[in-house]
Amino acid sequence: MAKVGVYVCHCGSNIAGVIDVSAVRDYAETLPDVVIARKDLFMCSDSGQEMVKQDVRDGLVDRVVVAACTPRTHEPIFRAAIEKAGLNKYLFEMANIRDQASWVHGHDHEGATEKAKLVVASAVGKARHLEPLEDKFVDVTDAALVIGGGIGGISAALELANMGHKTFLVEKTPSIGGVMAQLDKTFPTNDCSACILTPMMVDAYNHPNIETLTYSEVDDVSGYIGNFSVKIRRKQAYVDWDKCTGCGDCAAKCPAKTPDEFNAGLSDRRAAFIMFPQAVPKKAVIDMDACINCGGREIGSEPKLNKKTGAPILAPCEKACPADAINRSLPLDPGGRIKEVEVGSIVVATGYQVMDKGWFKEMAPDSPNVITALQLERIISATGPTEGKLLRPSDNQKPKTITFVSCMGSRDANFHTYCSRFCCMYMIKQARLLKEKYPELVINMHFIDVRTAGKDYDEYYTGARRMGINFFKGKVGGLEMLPEDKLRVLAYDMESAESIEYASDLVVLATAVELPEDAQGLAQKLGLQFCGSNFFRELHPKLGPVETSTEGLFLAGCCQGPKDIPDTVSQAKGAAAAAAVPLAQGRVKIEPIISEIIPENCSGCGICVPLCPYDAIAMSEWAGTARAAIEMSACKGCGVCTSACPSGAIVLHGYEEDQIFAQIAALTSGGRNHAG
Amino acid sequence: MSFCPNIVGFACQWCTYAGADLAGNLRAKYPPSIKLIKVPCSGRVEPEHVLEAFAQGADGVLVGGCHFGDCHYKTGNHKTSQRMKIFAKLLADSGFDPRRFRLEWISGAEGYRFAEVVEEFTKELQELGPNPIKEGV
Ligand SMILES: Cc1cc2nc3c(=O)[nH]c(=O)nc-3n(C[C@H](O)[C@H](O)[C@H](O)COP(=O)(O)OP(=O)(O)OC[C@H]3O[C@@H](n4cnc5c(N)ncnc54)[C@H](O)[C@@H]3O)c2cc1C
Ligand code: FES
Repeated sequence: MAKVGVYVCHCGSNIAGVIDVSAVRDYAETLPDVVIARKDLFMCSDSGQEMVKQDVRDGLVDRVVVAACTPRTHEPIFRAAIEKAGLNKYLFEMANIRDQASWVHGHDHEGATEKAKLVVASAVGKARHLEPLEDKFVDVTDAALVIGGGIGGISAALELANMGHKTFLVEKTPSIGGVMAQLDKTFPTNDCSACILTPMMVDAYNHPNIETLTYSEVDDVSGYIGNFSVKIRRKQAYVDWDKCTGCGDCAAKCPAKTPDEFNAGLSDRRAAFIMFPQAVPKKAVIDMDACINCGGREIGSEPKLNKKTGAPILAPCEKACPADAINRSLPLDPGGRIKEVEVGSIVVATGYQVMDKGWFKEMAPDSPNVITALQLERIISATGPTEGKLLRPSDNQKPKTITFVSCMGSRDANFHTYCSRFCCMYMIKQARLLKEKYPELVINMHFIDVRTAGKDYDEYYTGARRMGINFFKGKVGGLEMLPEDKLRVLAYDMESAESIEYASDLVVLATAVELPEDAQGLAQKLGLQFCGSNFFRELHPKLGPVETSTEGLFLAGCCQGPKDIPDTVSQAKGAAAAAAVPLAQGRVKIEPIISEIIPENCSGCGICVPLCPYDAIAMSEWAGTARAAIEMSACKGCGVCTSACPSGAIVLHGYEEDQIFAQIAALTSGGRNHAG
Repeated sequence: MSFCPNIVGFACQWCTYAGADLAGNLRAKYPPSIKLIKVPCSGRVEPEHVLEAFAQGADGVLVGGCHFGDCHYKTGNHKTSQRMKIFAKLLADSGFDPRRFRLEWISGAEGYRFAEVVEEFTKELQELGPNPIKEGV
């Protein structure tokens, strides 16, 4: 017979302020197999844990139930405690009477107390049926994968590589660098973005421990912490990168134009292109969506011959390439090729996108002189479409008045309720840079609030006010298109409590930060979840900001939420440190909460085989007949097979049939019809 | 005062159970009707578990999992959905009020929604009255 000890926590007044802890303890004592029921002010404190450990050591209890907060945070703590005292750590169960009782039923003390009793009874019911389980250990592949080659991914990869771990850096575009590569200068020091970023890009690319795979995407991930198998799709560049020297001759000769993503659509690039001058690696790509197959040179076709000379007629790109890197006769696979790698941990640093201006119908999005802040960043950048000169898109003339509008799509119930965090600062940056260069330019900035929390940030803002930049607190209701490509700004100024109206030559919208569109697909491949703001969800908002609910999978940068560069780099280094832990340990623990088939009970029907989300079940021979068998290392313990097995032959350890039935029985056994 | 129904909730640990914890963090208020049984994935819940809860007198049963696309085990919740929808039909065919059974997708970020669902389900069960099996009807 089990000897169950029940320990009820006051959690200061968090629980005891609502729930009658003594009554719960008294009730627990009456439950079957409960030999001890105690209470403590803080069960997770040293003295609280010691109380449990002493009872274990004294042989009084062999099953432990702690009624306190949530097992999602505290189960590991108590499991470790009983293990230290010599008990199998899986002989433990928690009753959640804080997060799911006292905190939510503060209006009904009696009801909360009655509920707590049932929840404790349920935990005791399960505990009576718990069986000891053994952790498994598996060796770890000493390598890491970083997905996304922005400043976050680059920082994480360098950190991991410097610790001595082989690191694969996968970036979907042809070059690493991310949004930071598109920026002109960076707040709060106004140092040039390329000057600080490019050396890091080169360092990462040349690092002996880093294998940079650009123009690549993650196709499939299987496995678990310590042993992930990753299929990386190296997209088809139609240029032999082993030969390409990045000279750009193909782009110079290519006649097919398409909007240039790097310049945020403000200019065109060619179908054959190098992403930007400082690209790392500096390699050309032919974008087949834009390519017009000059001379009928479809990929894999034989060239037509010149009627007079008999010489083959090549497309301009292949003719131009001095390195022989483009050969359109080759039957290149449009799907590219798959590279398979094995890694022990994964850092996701896939960043963000800014919202398109088209969403904001009241902001005259059809006017070429309404642009996003990222577009302005390209305009003021020396490598941008105007080579750094402030010229408005409609007529390439210098504007006399420029307007900034904050919070477009952020802090707005119609789009995103969150604050995009770095827009205030980059708007002030852009305004400062423009004012320094063009003192006569009238700069009007419209903010709901100015948010400049951060080291040296507020000083940066007050400095801007002294420079003669106009700040208005209040919303811009809309823009109207005026003759001469001007825009009428209709705004409100809270300080004068008046509506204001004026004509502006160029309007810049600080559009919200959000996840890129393909993030959903990546999340599904990796098993990532989303938070309320629709960014990737971290394990714990305060204490697990780089971890995720999948062990071995970590987050860095804007994919977890909007962050400026300093915060992105800090988080990336944190994620790298966390991702290095299993690699440094060399082996990881696999929790035994997985399914097992009892072959004696299996009828060999095979229903479970296609149900497993991980293809972990296969038919195999047992005592001369076909039986289902589970590959333990592939099972993640969801229990789908267990629930489906018509013979009851599959046990999910930790969530066994008799344990769940005991919980149901406990929850329905009493406590009904109390005052609601 | 109307009776407080007894709801047995099966909640996957990654979404609905986490959502219920978040409701606590947010100090959202809901009636103490529901008590959760934590399961790894909603796909671990069997129709037999729900039937057993009703047979033992639960006034309502809730099965909670992740939204489609969010299941920690990729497709566990799709299996739950298929399984539980057939089960709900059988329940109705057998003359048991299917409104006593709910399948809900509540994410770990939807603390307030968890509270709202419980609040609403509780009200509905109060209107339906106690489980007739328990009453011996
Ligand atoms: C107009 C503007 C001005 C700014 N100015 C400043 C400033 O002055 N100072 C400052 O601190 N911050 C500034 N920022 C913020 C800065 O851009 C971010 O902090 C920074 O870029 C975040 O880096 P990241 O690596 O998280 O994301 P990103 O820069 O978005 O990088 C993510 C990378 O991942 C790649 N990727 C995405 N999905 C996948 C996938 N599925 N597979 C593989 N790769 C993928 C992307 O192509 C990209 O290269 C500014 C932002 C804007 C919009
Ligand atoms: S983990 Fe939530 S439904 Fe599968």
